[in-house]
Amino acid sequence: MVINILNPGRNGVADWMIQRASAVILGLYTIFMVAYLLFNPDLDYAAWSGLFSHIWMKVFTLLALLSVAAHAWVGLWIVATDYIKPAAIRFGALLFVILALFVFVVWGVQVIWGV
Amino acid sequence: MAARRAIHRLSRRPDLMIIESYQKLPVVYSCGPGEKSAVKSQRPLSTAKRPVNLDLSSIQFPLPALVSISHRVSGILLFIGLIFLMWAFQVSLSSPAGFDTVREAMAHGFFARLVLWGLLSALGFHFVAGVRHLIMDMGHGETLEGGQRGAQLTIIISALLVVMAGVWVW
Repeated sequence: MVINILNPGRNGVADWMIQRASAVILGLYTIFMVAYLLFNPDLDYAAWSGLFSHIWMKVFTLLALLSVAAHAWVGLWIVATDYIKPAAIRFGALLFVILALFVFVVWGVQVIWGV
Repeated sequence: MAARRAIHRLSRRPDLMIIESYQKLPVVYSCGPGEKSAVKSQRPLSTAKRPVNLDLSSIQFPLPALVSISHRVSGILLFIGLIFLMWAFQVSLSSPAGFDTVREAMAHGFFARLVLWGLLSALGFHFVAGVRHLIMDMGHGETLEGGQRGAQLTIIISALLVVMAGVWVW
């Protein structure tokens, strides 16, 4: 049993499920964005901001943003605990990751609801 | 007694010794017919040094291992790339001038296009390798050959995506 202060109240099965659920959401969002940009080669600001003014697009984007945070957290936690052996450096790296993800979520929410 | 005899038989199987020592049996019993069982040894069976190879340059990674490590590397790259995506997301939605700034950077800026291509490539590979994971979760391609085939397909499909992303950006 791995005890890690930066992994409170979680276990491998929860990580496994979070990773896959968020992956499906991110996969769908990626396909949607790539298709949208491919089919709108002459995109302008009006159409672009118009897309993000729809409430379903705001919700979809927020869902993707939260999925990025969860997905990156689980993935980078696994990578960090696999490769960074000194506890202090690992703790620092994971602290940096979670702070960065938190900033991205807040930043993204501001952008989504600023349109 | 039957259990002890079973342990005795096990201890005569060198191929099972590691399993036995793994289970941390403290002692090895000797129970021949009419013999009093006696403690032969207090040590685990395999105290001999097992071969450890830490010379990584002499280890050949199989293709699925390379795909797996690339999945991790591309994930780390995407995390770093988030800062660029968030910048483009915010500036492009801030104003018509901001939108033009991002569009201009992606149309003419060499550095911006390089970053964009790199991120799209990492995303393409990460996506394909992730889909492979989900397919394997459903029980397909879990054999040795299946793992090889899946890894080959992942590399071929993501290589195509990398080229297509390059064409799209330039």
